[in-house]
Amino acid sequence: MQEEEKYQKLKDIVKVYLPEDVSVSEIQPTSNFITELNINSANLVDIILDVEDAFDIHLENDDMNQMQTVQDAIDIIDSKLAV
Amino acid sequence: MSRRVVVTGMGVCAPNGVGIKDFTEALYKGKSGIRHHSRLEQLNFGCQVAAEPLVKDNVLERYFTPLQLRGLNASGLVYGVIAGKDAWADAGLSPNTSKTPLWDCGIIFGTGILGVDKFRDAIYQVDNKEVRRLGSTTVIQTMASGISAYLGGILGCGNQVTTNSSACTTGTEGILMAYERISSGKAEVILTGSCGESGPYIWGGFDAMRILPRDFNDNPSAASRPMSASAQGFVPGSGAGALVLESLESAQKRGAKIYAEVLGGELNSGGQVGEGSMTAPNSEAVQRCIQKAIRNSGIKAPQVDAINGHLTATSKDALEITNWSVAMGLSGVKFPYINSFKGMIGHCLSAAGSIECVGSILQFEEGVVFGNVNCEDIHPEILKVIDGSRIPQKTIPYRPKIIAKASFGFGDVNACVIFSAYKN
Repeated sequence: MQEEEKYQKLKDIVKVYLPEDVSVSEIQPTSNFITELNINSANLVDIILDVEDAFDIHLENDDMNQMQTVQDAIDIIDSKLAV
Repeated sequence: MSRRVVVTGMGVCAPNGVGIKDFTEALYKGKSGIRHHSRLEQLNFGCQVAAEPLVKDNVLERYFTPLQLRGLNASGLVYGVIAGKDAWADAGLSPNTSKTPLWDCGIIFGTGILGVDKFRDAIYQVDNKEVRRLGSTTVIQTMASGISAYLGGILGCGNQVTTNSSACTTGTEGILMAYERISSGKAEVILTGSCGESGPYIWGGFDAMRILPRDFNDNPSAASRPMSASAQGFVPGSGAGALVLESLESAQKRGAKIYAEVLGGELNSGGQVGEGSMTAPNSEAVQRCIQKAIRNSGIKAPQVDAINGHLTATSKDALEITNWSVAMGLSGVKFPYINSFKGMIGHCLSAAGSIECVGSILQFEEGVVFGNVNCEDIHPEILKVIDGSRIPQKTIPYRPKIIAKASFGFGDVNACVIFSAYKN
């Protein structure tokens, strides 16, 4: 999978969870899901489930704890797809 | 401190009409919301007819954000949010877009049980050792107070936000709880109402109790027959009704439209003693509830000119009529007009009280008493107590000034509320 395609796929997942006052254009690789994109922390678990479904991977509890930013998510997806 | 309380907004999601306009028209014409459900047939239900609101997908998008719609599988929540948001808008109020909660606005929105289909999904996942796959939506859709929590968040209310539950009394009880809180000065505006879920997991238990009609599976609109000699039991239903209750001062300050005034009411229980039980009403308690509701409202029984009964279409309907008659000291042609909407919408259980209060109040503005359906053959025991003319067989022009509404529920609980046409 191309990097760009992967990023777009993740962005499509994340944008559903953005509060009304945060626009899709604010999603950047360095964005922190909770502190910068203002995503409700309860929704992080839904993002993880969506990522698992979209990329057909399985995330462990440790992976979830590490997933703070969009780039963290990309890195975790990469490591799982590489296996 | 005792302040006047008025109704300034209403919304409804009923089996025979979603939205006030459609619901009013349906009640006018005696339109049935009771349909055959093939799923109930497949599952070998004795009663395969039920009353469920028809909510189209494009309607959902108007009431829920795309995020809220993800994994949404709680019918009661859907009905409640539709009715609740409609009532708020109908009252001329807007959702709170500021950073400060609306401290004087609250939610008292009841239900019997919420998110049963969602809970079923969760049970399968948990038993499959997939608990982590539940996501974040299971709790908020299956907690009973999910409905008040959703509405409280959508509207940004900062006063009491709660969900009451008292079986089929729930909706009427909520109105009286809201009335008391506003009357005593603790809130200015409360969105109150109730919702009830659809589906076999809700209705199955009633089917098992053999209290639902079984001979109308091919004739659904005739199945629910309140006050009829041929009544066989209640038709299960679902939906939601919502009312905005407001202090008169607040309503006047806003120049809000006033549908009706809540004069007062009463809540009690028969204690499941005497003839009362988990499922049967104690007549002494029912009569006392009606009498105290009238007294608390500062009126006399003969001033009540229309009653909307609980009248579910079981063998207890005649007893209910007797209880009204004894409580009010009125019988024969002196008895007020009485109707039950359950012939059209079935028994919407926890949603019944609120939907029926909305319908009752609509009669003030429309200048009518909505007709009963399916009781051409009025039960002879009822005709021994009141004159047949008191049970309109179709909608009649009549401008009621005071309407009494009662709801009764499992657990031997009773609620009676008195509404009046508003006059300054």
